[in-house]
Amino acid sequence: MTHTVTTETGAAAGGGRPRRLHIAGAALPGPGGALRTANIAVEDGRIAEVSDAGPAAGAVRVDGSGLIALPGLVDLHTHLREPGREDAETVASGTRAAARGGFTAVHAMANTDPVADTAGVVEQVWRLGQEAGHCDVWPVGAVTQGIAGSRLAELGAMADSKARVRVFSDDGHCVSDALLMRRALEYVKAFDGVIAQHAQEPRLTEGAQMNEGAVSARLGLAGWPAVAEEAIIARDCLLAAHVGSRLHVCHVSTAGSVEILRWAKSRGTQVTAEVTPHHLLLTDDLVQHYDPAYKVNPPLRTAEDVHALRAGLADGTIDCVATDHAPHPVEAKESEWSYAAMGMVGLETALSVVHLTMVETGLLDWAGVAERMSAAPARIGRLATQGRPLEPGEPANLTLYDPAPRGRVDPRSFASKSRNTPYLGIELPGRVVATLLRGRPTVLDGKLV
Amino acid sequence: MPAEPAESAAPSGPWSQTPAPPSGGPPGRREGEQDHTSARAVLEGPDIRRALTRIAHEILERTKGGTDIVLLGIPTRGVTLAERLARRIEEVEGRPVPWGSLDITMYRDDLRLRPARALGRTELPPDGVDGRLVVLVDDVLFSGRTVRAALDALGDLGRPRAVQLAILVDRGHRQLPIRADYVGKNLPTSLRETVKVQLAENDGRDAVLLDKRADTPGAGRERDGRDPR
Amino acid sequence: MLHLISAADLSHSDAVLILDTAEELAQVGDRSVKKLPTLRGRTVVNLFFEDSTRTRISFEAAAKRLSADVLNFAVKGSSVSKGESLKDTALTLEAMGADGVVIRHNASGAPYRLAEWVRGSVINAGDGTHEHPTQALLDAFTMRRRLGRLADLRVTIVGDVLHSRVARSNVALLHTLGAQVTLVAPPTLLPVAVETWPCEVAYDLDSALPKSDVVMMLRVQRERMQAAYFPSAREYSRRYGLDAERMARLPDDAIVMHPGPMNRGMEIAAEVADSPRSTIVEQVANGVSVRMAVLYLLLGGSEPALGGGER
Repeated sequence: MTHTVTTETGAAAGGGRPRRLHIAGAALPGPGGALRTANIAVEDGRIAEVSDAGPAAGAVRVDGSGLIALPGLVDLHTHLREPGREDAETVASGTRAAARGGFTAVHAMANTDPVADTAGVVEQVWRLGQEAGHCDVWPVGAVTQGIAGSRLAELGAMADSKARVRVFSDDGHCVSDALLMRRALEYVKAFDGVIAQHAQEPRLTEGAQMNEGAVSARLGLAGWPAVAEEAIIARDCLLAAHVGSRLHVCHVSTAGSVEILRWAKSRGTQVTAEVTPHHLLLTDDLVQHYDPAYKVNPPLRTAEDVHALRAGLADGTIDCVATDHAPHPVEAKESEWSYAAMGMVGLETALSVVHLTMVETGLLDWAGVAERMSAAPARIGRLATQGRPLEPGEPANLTLYDPAPRGRVDPRSFASKSRNTPYLGIELPGRVVATLLRGRPTVLDGKLV
Repeated sequence: MPAEPAESAAPSGPWSQTPAPPSGGPPGRREGEQDHTSARAVLEGPDIRRALTRIAHEILERTKGGTDIVLLGIPTRGVTLAERLARRIEEVEGRPVPWGSLDITMYRDDLRLRPARALGRTELPPDGVDGRLVVLVDDVLFSGRTVRAALDALGDLGRPRAVQLAILVDRGHRQLPIRADYVGKNLPTSLRETVKVQLAENDGRDAVLLDKRADTPGAGRERDGRDPR
Repeated sequence: MLHLISAADLSHSDAVLILDTAEELAQVGDRSVKKLPTLRGRTVVNLFFEDSTRTRISFEAAAKRLSADVLNFAVKGSSVSKGESLKDTALTLEAMGADGVVIRHNASGAPYRLAEWVRGSVINAGDGTHEHPTQALLDAFTMRRRLGRLADLRVTIVGDVLHSRVARSNVALLHTLGAQVTLVAPPTLLPVAVETWPCEVAYDLDSALPKSDVVMMLRVQRERMQAAYFPSAREYSRRYGLDAERMARLPDDAIVMHPGPMNRGMEIAAEVADSPRSTIVEQVANGVSVRMAVLYLLLGGSEPALGGGER
């Protein structure tokens, strides 16, 4: 099924910025898994009406039949690589990929070159996002200078900058020094910030190449034990509780981590957590022929972990899905496993993987997907205009998703500059048909506008 | 139609071979082997016995008592024949005759045309072949390529005084300038026929079978009627 | 099976075929002409990213005895940051028309990557801490020659199993061949999940020795104690080293093996290494025969002779 765009007045859809849009007959997720079919009228960047009413005069009409309308997706964990590694990704290419994946906001991770540890760098990234215009770009600030783990970066200056940083992370590295972590957690309270921890005990993971278990034992690859993640999460939950701060845990990957988070939340600790799409689907036995497409940090774990992560995301122990979109040039993966870069692209496959692993399994309904992929990450990142319900008066950030088609992943079709997907040739459900950023289509008919 | 007919069954190592059925049982039939029900026996057990006895006597005559001979069979059935000949000669002369086996797999000129295969056994008598008169023994002489390979193999093992060739069946169609010194039976054949020697030690009975080649175009049947895997 | 990368890929019949072929080829070393024409016109490249003169010479001798052309390609200090990538090296080998590539690499799994980029057969001559299948084959060959069988043979492998490609290949191959393997090591030098391997695990060498037909001592690097795998060389040697006194606990016909190079005085005492029970010198000679067999069976025909058997 193709979804055509026509205008009532005959004006060209692509020309200029349409002030009015009429989405006809899309399905809006409601409570209890119900889907309500309605027309969505968009005017001046906001949702004007959700009703049975027909299109207003001069509105661009979008056929929404068979499509699910979701609030625009928000990613808490995106590597846009600019500045420094523009050969892998740029803010422009990464946000194009985001829009294609149904995202209207992404958080750009700080491990660029130079590191986003000053107001200057985060403002540069923020400005590049504004200029590209495919989705909102909210820079994540580094916790420590140069992500070196020894001295705090100027967190306040980044918070006060135009980039309005609220999420701080040394992602790629763990803030392993307990005292430094405590201070960071305390310090960001002043501006309602959150420390997003990459939980990896460094001594336990020296030279680590993959999940430590039966597969690593057979393959002779140095193991990345689950306990190295769980020990840090447990410590940080205790620290966050002690100082009364917000903690966010990046890319939770083990069943034990889910247990610790469940316990911490039950005690009222202000901890939130994310899981990546790949950790919801893939397992460490894929490593068996040493294809670096499956090399990622934290590593792919076991089927038991995957089940625990799905259950944790379903019951809210894990608050949200974040892509950890990590583009790498071809040569970074065309090597021996041990020398290959860690990471996978994920923006353009995230919603389909969540559909496959959470919706088709009955673990989440579409309202749950809206919560985990839009509302929750927006709340964690303190984004006021993202992750809002599809109701009159709200900003018109939304995604139209066709759940019906199934297709094999073809990296050549990616908008991202990089192709390092672990889903090559895998059949995934669904397709993002349209993405609206404040009422303006960034994607229509599955194509970038 | 294979480009290069050769004379004997493909040698196969003693370990990879399906064990032969007990002596006196029904004829053995290995996997992939042609059905011999349509085959015609051109020599039966007594014919083969007589032929070998005659060859044994000819060897003794031509080698003036065979005092320095070594019989080397080419696996698989050539080895059986060499052992039988050695026993015949011993019966006549009252002294043991050194005999052994000479595997030619690594010297074949058609190695690249077929999958690598298990090796047969090479086992020389303790005194070796230097200065001796070596009689190569095989079951069927066809293109001559196996004998060519055997001569090469022998050259790498030592320097015999002379080399002769004993064969149970010569079916003609030589592709190389090679002839046998001792022949059990000359058997004119067409290239559309296969010749198969069965020996009790290997196959449960003694016979030489003549059969039509299974003539399915493109089926890739090999010269001895076996599928090349 | 085009490549030999993991001993676990060998079926029982493949493994037996290799050992039987090696048995025949072992004679070549005793002949006046120590050469067979079998691989004439074929090119075998020894691609060594890690120094190992012993293994390289063994493969080189094997290939040359089969009349192959041998090219030695040593890459020093391999890493993506320095010099040529594995892929570019592979493309170079392709251009040279390599029929077989023997690869030694410090990164586990490198042969699998190489196999994606070359058309010829890839033979793993040791990759990181993964596998060293021809070493396991020559060990099995040596055991069968000395003890006459492999089925139900009790083999005890002692030492740094965690970092040992020899141990991984031996466990897989010996299991396939019906032997009973016991690993003996300090728990720090056994991989997590070793209980998923087809073998027994023990921590006490003295109680394992009387039940061993073969004891295989693995090399232990002294540097391991810096990473807290064991407190000191002296303590390691006392608990897991094989000296004459311990050797006396072995059954009368039991043999002692070591893949080399040895740390005399660390995992093995000099009087053990030089005793008649020791097969260490034979292992070297057997290595050539086994590698000839592998080269012949992979490169000798129109297609490889391995991989056709039952699993």
